[in-house]
Formats: sequence, C-alpha cells, structure tokens
Amino acid sequence: MPTLVPHDQDAFVVACGFLGEAAVFALGDGRIEIRDGETAKTVEAHDGGILAAVFTADGKALLTAGDDGRVARTTADGASETLFEKKGKWLDQLAEGPQGAIACAAGRMAWVRLANGEIVEFPHEKSVGGVGFLPKGLRLATATTDKAMLHWVTAKGAPVDMPWKGAHTGITTSPDGKFLVTTMQEPALHGWRIDDMKHMRMTGYPSKVKSISWSAKGRFLATSGANAAILWPFLTKDGPMGKNPLQLGPRDRIVAQVACHPSEDVVAIGYDDGMILAVRFGDAAEVLLRKPSGAPLTALAWDRAGVRVVYGAENGEAGVIDIRA
Amino acid sequence: MTNASQPIPVTVLTGYLGAGKTTLLNRILTEDHGKKYAVIVNEFGEVGIDNDLVVDTDEEIFEMNNGCICCTVRGDLIRILEGLMKRKGRFDAVLIETTGLADPAPVAQTFFMDDDVRSKTRLDAIVTVVDAKNLIARIDDSPEAEDQVAFADVILLNKVDLVSAEELAAVRAEIAAINPYARVIETERCSVDLGEVLDRGAFDLTRILAVEPEFLTSGHHHHDETVKSISLTAGDMQPELFFDWINRATQEQGPNIRRLKGIIAFENDPERYVVQGVHMIVEGDHQRAWKPGETRQSRLVFIGRDLDFETLKAGFEACRA
Repeated sequence: MPTLVPHDQDAFVVACGFLGEAAVFALGDGRIEIRDGETAKTVEAHDGGILAAVFTADGKALLTAGDDGRVARTTADGASETLFEKKGKWLDQLAEGPQGAIACAAGRMAWVRLANGEIVEFPHEKSVGGVGFLPKGLRLATATTDKAMLHWVTAKGAPVDMPWKGAHTGITTSPDGKFLVTTMQEPALHGWRIDDMKHMRMTGYPSKVKSISWSAKGRFLATSGANAAILWPFLTKDGPMGKNPLQLGPRDRIVAQVACHPSEDVVAIGYDDGMILAVRFGDAAEVLLRKPSGAPLTALAWDRAGVRVVYGAENGEAGVIDIRA
Repeated sequence: MTNASQPIPVTVLTGYLGAGKTTLLNRILTEDHGKKYAVIVNEFGEVGIDNDLVVDTDEEIFEMNNGCICCTVRGDLIRILEGLMKRKGRFDAVLIETTGLADPAPVAQTFFMDDDVRSKTRLDAIVTVVDAKNLIARIDDSPEAEDQVAFADVILLNKVDLVSAEELAAVRAEIAAINPYARVIETERCSVDLGEVLDRGAFDLTRILAVEPEFLTSGHHHHDETVKSISLTAGDMQPELFFDWINRATQEQGPNIRRLKGIIAFENDPERYVVQGVHMIVEGDHQRAWKPGETRQSRLVFIGRDLDFETLKAGFEACRA
C-alpha cells in the first residue's frame, strides 16, 4: 500500500520535486518550502510570485523565475542565490540547458544566462510562450506566435523558423534532440522533426495541454488535457505520425498533470479533482496513489529512484506518496 | 490551503488618450474602498501604487485557430491572468487598462474564448471614459473611439465642467445614438462613486434585468455615426427558429456586431431566456421564471458598425411563435 504524508501549503503550488531526500514546493506567493522528515525550511525566494520553476537535471537545485524579475537557484540546505535579474519583468518561462546555461523569458524577450554569468538576448516579434534547449550543443528553442524557433546561443548563425499558425504556449525537445513539440493555445500539440521540418499534428484534446512529460529514454511523450493521459509514441524516426497514442487512466475527469517514472514504463497521472493514479504502459494496470480531494493538481513529480511521488494543487494541498510497500 | 474556487471579477477600462482614464485608475487605486486590485497597464509609470499589484504588458492580439475571423484574443492577458491566478488571495479584483487606440473586442473575447481564463475570472464590465469636450471630434477621426463607446457598459462622460449645456446635450445625444444601453455618468475629474463603476455584473446573464435604451429628453443630433444600435421587440418566440437565426445572424454579421443583449420569451416556456454576445460569440441561459403580471416580451438589441438592420429585423420577426 502506498503511504501518503500530507504537506499542505497555503498557496498555489507552482512546482514540486525532490532535492535529495527533501520534498520541495515552489509556491505562487514567492516562497519555497522544503520538507525533509521532521524538519521544515522556508525560503523567501522571490519578492512577489513564482511564475515558473524547474528542478536541475542533476537533482541538486531548484530554479525559480518570478514576477520580481529574478531567476533564483535554491538548494536543499535553503541557500538561494540570484542568477539573473531584469527589474519590472514578469519572468514566466524558464528552462535549464546543457553546459550550465539557463533560459528565461518575459513578454517578447528571451534571455540565456551562460555558466560564466554572461547574458545573451533573443528578441522576438511576438510573445515568447516557452523556452527550452536542444540536448546537445547550445541551441535555444522558443515557442512564439505562428512559429517555433531554434537559436544558436554562442555560435554565429541566423535562427531557424519552424512555422505553424497559432499561438504556441510551451515547448519541449525530445531527449534524443530529434523532435520539437509545442503546446498551443488551441487544445493541441504541434511537433516538428528537426532534420526535415516535417510536421506532426497531435490533436483531439478537449482542453489545453498544460503538462507534458517524456518517459524513460524519450520513448513516449505523456500529456494532460484529456480524460486520460495521452502518450504519443516516439519509438521510431517518424515519431507519432500515423500511430495511435496510448490512453491511460481514462476517467470522467480531465487529466491535469502527468509525470513519467524516471526508469520504468509507468506514468503518474494527476486529475482535476486531485486524484492520482500510477499506470503501467504495457497492460494499463492502475494503482491508486491519492483519492480525489476536489482541487485540481498543478504539480506532480517522481524522485530520482522512482519510489516517491510528490504533488501539489491549486489550493495548496500538497504531499509525498511513498509507493514502497 | 486557500479558497481557489471563486472567480475573480475583471473590469476593463478603455478611453481615448486624454479622456481621463488614468485619473480614474488612480482614484480606484488610492481610495479607501477596502479592495485590493491587480492592475494590468500598458504604460508603466503613470500609476505606481505600492500596495497594489501593477503589471506592465504589451497588447498582443491573435486570432483563434477556429475559422472565425473576428475571434481575436489578447494573448498577453491569458498569460498574465494565468500568472495572477497563482497569487490568488493577494487581490480581490483585476483592472485592465487598455491603450487609447485599443479595440475592446479582443479583451472582452479573451474572457469567453479561453477556458482557463473563463473558469477563473469573470468579466464584470467595460468602462469607457470619454471627454465631453473632445468626444465628437474623436469619433469623427477615429473608429476606435466610436467602438469604445459602442462596447461600453458604463460610460464616464468626463470633463463636463469644460462644456456648455448645449455642447453637453450634443455629446449625450451622440453617445445615445451609438450606444443607448450604456449607463452614462457625468463627471468632473472622474469624480464618481466607484460603486457605479465596479462590480456591475454587466456580462452576468443572471443580472440582465431589463434591456431598455436610454431615451433622449433633450438635444437633437445630426451626426452621421457609422455605429448604431437596433432594438427588436416581439412577443413569444419559437426556440428552434430563434437559435437557428441568432447563430446564422451572428455568423453573417459578427464582424460588424459589437455587443448584443436580449431577454427572450419562448412559447410554452415559463422562464425568461437571456442572451448576450460580443461579435460572433453568443451565450444564453434560462434566467428566472416570468413573474405573474410581467409582460412576456422578447427584446433583443444589437450595437454595431454598418449593421444590416432590415435583415436583422426580418430574421427576428420570422422567429415569432
């Protein structure tokens, strides 16, 4: 039986995850709450709200971007440093890249901060809806109106436009660096095979896709926005084209959050009524991790070992579920 | 844990440059009315109230990919409102100040077209500040000024101390000719009871009580405005015919329609049906039972630019029960 330890907060949970053993919650009011066994730490990371947060790939730090115009890096001991600052800007997009680079965006401008502290600006004609990096080299991917873009960060060269009409609100690159996928203002995803810019339309969602997660080795892209978690196969060089997605954990509710297990073919699915299921890809076997509470989930993540799930909801409900019997 | 369920009211402030929009905004922000506002502005610096949340934005309009040419929304607002919803509890309501040249439609449509915005907020009213001295000249040289009047639920007719009684009557007649359904409040330096401006529920179907134009008592206007309104009345209507017609009419004339609002009596239906819309977006619902003694009258108004009144009238008439 999974065991659940609540860590309810009094603010919107923007993101959650683990730094070592500690469960960490980035909150809408600017705080970061760190819970490790009996100890609790509060970090006043932002003077204002946290708009975006990502855990670093090495699992050692939480990056947060806020409406105070700062990007902060916070570690499990509660130490927090400012990596980037643009006063008066609402930094609502954030990504970690290779070589210690981070990207953030506000309005029509995206910035990359290199490991040495150098800042590179990337002006856009329209709002930047999402930032990401290709896994190799140092190339920034941005989502904007009517296109996605790939920019060289340190090397010279014109950015590459990947046109597709509509407002693109988020972006991700496949772990092998071959595909670019955006979430859209419409209830759809759009994808490009980077080599030949071949389009991939992923449609049929009843609502906007707000949560996406790559499964182990990038074999599937799990997505929210439907009555089940929709997992698009990226097993072949054609990506999901002409293939049916997996539909896991179907219910009469909308999936609000998805988080793929770090090594197994299992996805944690959080619904808009607070329920959480873990579902295995192969046989669609389901394990109930959390009963419905009423509030939509806004954050969901596994620890690196794949034995604990941390969650957060828009009303501040939060906690850790240990699946070890 | 927080209470996240109550939708946040949003007031949209429009008005031509120099009409007094910023004066009104500053009054709302500084007066002691016990409410905290998050304010979305286009020019930073003019307002700067420490204990309120002020967000600077660039108006960014895009078309929805749904084949509807007038379904434009404000992408920047979707993003900012999404960010604000993470800070619920810090403020009670949202004010959006548009630029002087803004078309109010994309702002209003954002609250109908985006599901997230729609579920977390409610558009309360469009408030337009106009300048009694300059409005007629502005309407002549700028379709935006005319549209801002056409879209308004509340019009603050400001700077009335700077015009003569005749000039004031002419301006009022001009406003009534474009939009006789807005509540017009005469002010000096935007001095108005804020209760008249905030929490109007103008887009709330349950609060559509009557659709009565403001009848003119004085003044006579000769102005040749292109935005006008039409009020259609009838008795009982046939629901199938009505829904079919209103859908067709708003598809065909949607780009020209600014606002529509109505109360409909359907045959054999004991409840009032209320509708309202912006461009091609129409929403409707049963509101309450017709009261004993209340006249079962259907009334529907359209405000729009170059509307084909004859076709609208004929289509409406054909839905009679």
